[in-house]
Amino acid sequence: MTETISVLVNGKKITSEVEPRLLLSDYLREKLDLTGTHLGCEHGVCGACTILVNGRTVRSCLMLAVQVDGCEVDTVESLTEGDGMLSPLQQAFADNHALQCGFCTPGFLMTITGFLENNPDPNDEEIKQAISGNLCRCTGYTNILKAVKQVSKSRKLKEVVKE
Amino acid sequence: MTFTGKNIKRKEDYRLLSGNSQFVADMQEPGMAEALFVRSEHAHAKLNKIDISKAENMGGVYSVIIAEHFNGEVDQLPPHSEFTLPQNLIDEINPIIQPCPEDILAKDRVIYVGQPIAIIVADNRYIAEDAAELIEIEYESLPSITDPYKAMEQDVDIIHEQMSSNIQAQFDLSTGNYDQALKDSDNVLKERIKTPRVAANPIETRGILSTYDSRNGKLQVWSSTQVTFMVRKYISKLLGLVEHNVRVVAPDVGGGFGSKCAVYPEEIIIPYLSMKLDRPVRWIEDRMEHLLSTRQSRDQTHDVKVSYNNDGTITGIQDYFVLDNGAYNPLVLTCSYNTAAHLRGVYDIPNFVIGGNCVVTNKAPTIAYRGAGRPEAVFVMDRIIHLVATSLELDPVEVMMKNMIKPEQLPYDSGLIYRDGEKVIYDSGDYPDGLKQALELANYDKFRKEQKKVKSDGSYVGIGISSYVEGTGIGPHEGAIVRLDSSGHVMAFVGSAPHGQSHETTLSQICADEFGLDPEKVTVKAGDTDLIPYGVGTFASRGAVTAGNAVHVASKKLQEKLLAIAGEILEISPSDLEMNDGKVFPRAMQNKYVTLEDLALAAKPGPKCKVPEGMEPGVEATHYFVPPTVTYSSGYHVAIVEVDEETGFVDILKYYVVHDAGKVLNPKIVDGQIQGGVAQGIGAALYEELVYDDNGQLLTGTYMDYLIPTAMEIPDVEMDHQEFLSTRNPMGVKGVGEGGTISPPAAITNAVCDALNPLDIKLNDLPISPSKLRQRIKVAKTS
Ligand code: FES
Ligand code: FES
Repeated sequence: MTETISVLVNGKKITSEVEPRLLLSDYLREKLDLTGTHLGCEHGVCGACTILVNGRTVRSCLMLAVQVDGCEVDTVESLTEGDGMLSPLQQAFADNHALQCGFCTPGFLMTITGFLENNPDPNDEEIKQAISGNLCRCTGYTNILKAVKQVSKSRKLKEVVKE
Repeated sequence: MTFTGKNIKRKEDYRLLSGNSQFVADMQEPGMAEALFVRSEHAHAKLNKIDISKAENMGGVYSVIIAEHFNGEVDQLPPHSEFTLPQNLIDEINPIIQPCPEDILAKDRVIYVGQPIAIIVADNRYIAEDAAELIEIEYESLPSITDPYKAMEQDVDIIHEQMSSNIQAQFDLSTGNYDQALKDSDNVLKERIKTPRVAANPIETRGILSTYDSRNGKLQVWSSTQVTFMVRKYISKLLGLVEHNVRVVAPDVGGGFGSKCAVYPEEIIIPYLSMKLDRPVRWIEDRMEHLLSTRQSRDQTHDVKVSYNNDGTITGIQDYFVLDNGAYNPLVLTCSYNTAAHLRGVYDIPNFVIGGNCVVTNKAPTIAYRGAGRPEAVFVMDRIIHLVATSLELDPVEVMMKNMIKPEQLPYDSGLIYRDGEKVIYDSGDYPDGLKQALELANYDKFRKEQKKVKSDGSYVGIGISSYVEGTGIGPHEGAIVRLDSSGHVMAFVGSAPHGQSHETTLSQICADEFGLDPEKVTVKAGDTDLIPYGVGTFASRGAVTAGNAVHVASKKLQEKLLAIAGEILEISPSDLEMNDGKVFPRAMQNKYVTLEDLALAAKPGPKCKVPEGMEPGVEATHYFVPPTVTYSSGYHVAIVEVDEETGFVDILKYYVVHDAGKVLNPKIVDGQIQGGVAQGIGAALYEELVYDDNGQLLTGTYMDYLIPTAMEIPDVEMDHQEFLSTRNPMGVKGVGEGGTISPPAAITNAVCDALNPLDIKLNDLPISPSKLRQRIKVAKTS
């Protein structure tokens, strides 16, 4: 048994036949070859599989592909700009050595992308809380915190210049 | 301009940030099938019957196999890994080692929960999981042994039939005269100190993909491993293949921390299946499997007896300890001997007796985890320091200083032999000065003054210190091939493959320095057994020392050859030439030059070859760096904590580290290793434990029960450095990968005890969970 779903993935409309039980994470990784979204636990704790569905962060290992029928889905592959340039957030990660093995990184990037949309000027505690649902075994988190601060600061600067 | 020592941005980052990285699970091959392991639900049971017929007949299933299907075709995993002992060490410590080889799949008996019994190969994992439901296994439950002390008793069942007892490995060693020290000392202290079983838990689980090309007999295996060459060796050996026909590649690897530093049964059987079924087969471990069956670590219990004088001088230590191996122990004495060799750390304690028992029980097998026996040793030693200080009503710093090895004693001979057969001689450092630096960083004296006031106001704040010395950069070797390609680009190939340690960046810095090139113009490749004939791997804080120096020397060799070729072309003595920015020119006449590209061309064999007589054509140099023995890093950790008396929750207010890693190649990367290491150490101190019940069932099989620290729990580590160059390699580097993880359990535990003082609370076991601590506070208050 399969069902047809139609999804806007990273801005591109895609129609697929999927089994109702197919996990969203497996759909993205195995069917669409968008392997940037990683799986670390498949039970909703590590956050490595975090993506945006209609602009909100979700764990793709806890959703089924059929649930995103008609939705907008954004994965880590959407972050780099058209010319392949890193986005300010990605650049901030590189600048602050906020990744080592890089396996948890896509999940962090998507969590933070969603978070900064809602809270563009967070304080340290808010940032920590926001990323506390993502596990990283390599970095010890503080460089990730620094990276988030760098982007939110530069965003603020941009706004000041604009005004 | 030199690049080593500078914060060069990481070369690895772009692909990892953009989603273009390639981990094993990201790879698919045409026609690929997926494998699933059916694992034991019992810790100890006979397998009376396994019925796979229904599963076999399910649509989408290619094959279901159990042990009898490959009898005679696939050998058992050998009883011990590469890490065997040199003869002089054997003579010294008289080890007893009983071999316990490991079956790839359980045959007629299972001995731990999670042991693989059957494999299903199907179109995808969903189908394989359906099929797994259809396999019927008839277990006959047997009594399981989960307590290593019970396992050592006389009349108990022996888990491995071929062994004469459950003590799989044992050794004893001593230096000085402990008994005499005991007689001559003012005091003696007896304690049991324990570090629990934990798991490394890289966020990427294990994974293997294997393809077989029957036309040329070539087996290609991608594995999330730290030791590609070891995996290749065992695949070729156990499957009976020509080693050259086996290629093992570790693509991007999402952390390992020791858990991927072994050859696993899955790494043998997946390649076997891809050959047997003549199609690509992939297996990706899930987190539950990881917690159940990936090798675990640290499970040690120490019974220590310490003699000391009233002035705080520790005169002797006697320690008998037990390491609970679980079902198998492929690393044999690696972790236990590391514990013994490192226990006294920075301290000059002349009389020392230590004996270790490695015991088999019905739990998952164990391996080395970041620090490999050293966090255990340091926890014991630093608890001793704290307990001695408490009993004498001295400040722990006083006891530390009193017993510490003085700078003028270096190089310091500790009287033991290292695992590689060489004497344990600390090469360089200044330990008291390192401690002083750490105390200044933490503002120790000021804290002590303020602590009194804060405590009298009813808050429980405390400070704890830990120190370590770590043998890093163990051999036997690691190599590098440095080559100029025909476009003048420099390539460096190494055998030790990274899983987060930034080899591509740091090794290119080393290489770039020799050629006067920007590191951008150097490409480093690792993690592929086809790149270089011999390799060992990335573990035990050895990458920078072994691979780093191999790249350094190979680059130098190639640079000399390039100058010689340029000398032929420019008709000038090579000693008058200089190399910079991709060009070689006479020192006196910088506008007359040849480029690296010219040199690559001139080195080709043939009539136009300009390679000086006596040298081989080509522009390539190889060097295998063979360290004389390990080099000793050291460090000091200071933790300031606050304990909530009501909840038993420990809040880390501040954390400080001073460390010596010899020459620093890239400060940001070194600091990153320390910060990340400390986070893992904090996990071990406060949160992490694999809990088994008496039947050998794992109770912490998900991330809801096995707690890994998050951003909320990890403070920003303030750091300072010492830079005592190692005398044992040309670059003067020491390893830094594990140092961060070694000390936090001891520093934090000491800080918690200090915070609760004068309550008599003994924390000689980990983790310090809120419920445990609350309970102990209650008991201490009522007694
Ligand atoms: S993989 Fe989805 S939360 Fe861990
Ligand atoms: S960088 Fe390795 S898990 Fe986060």
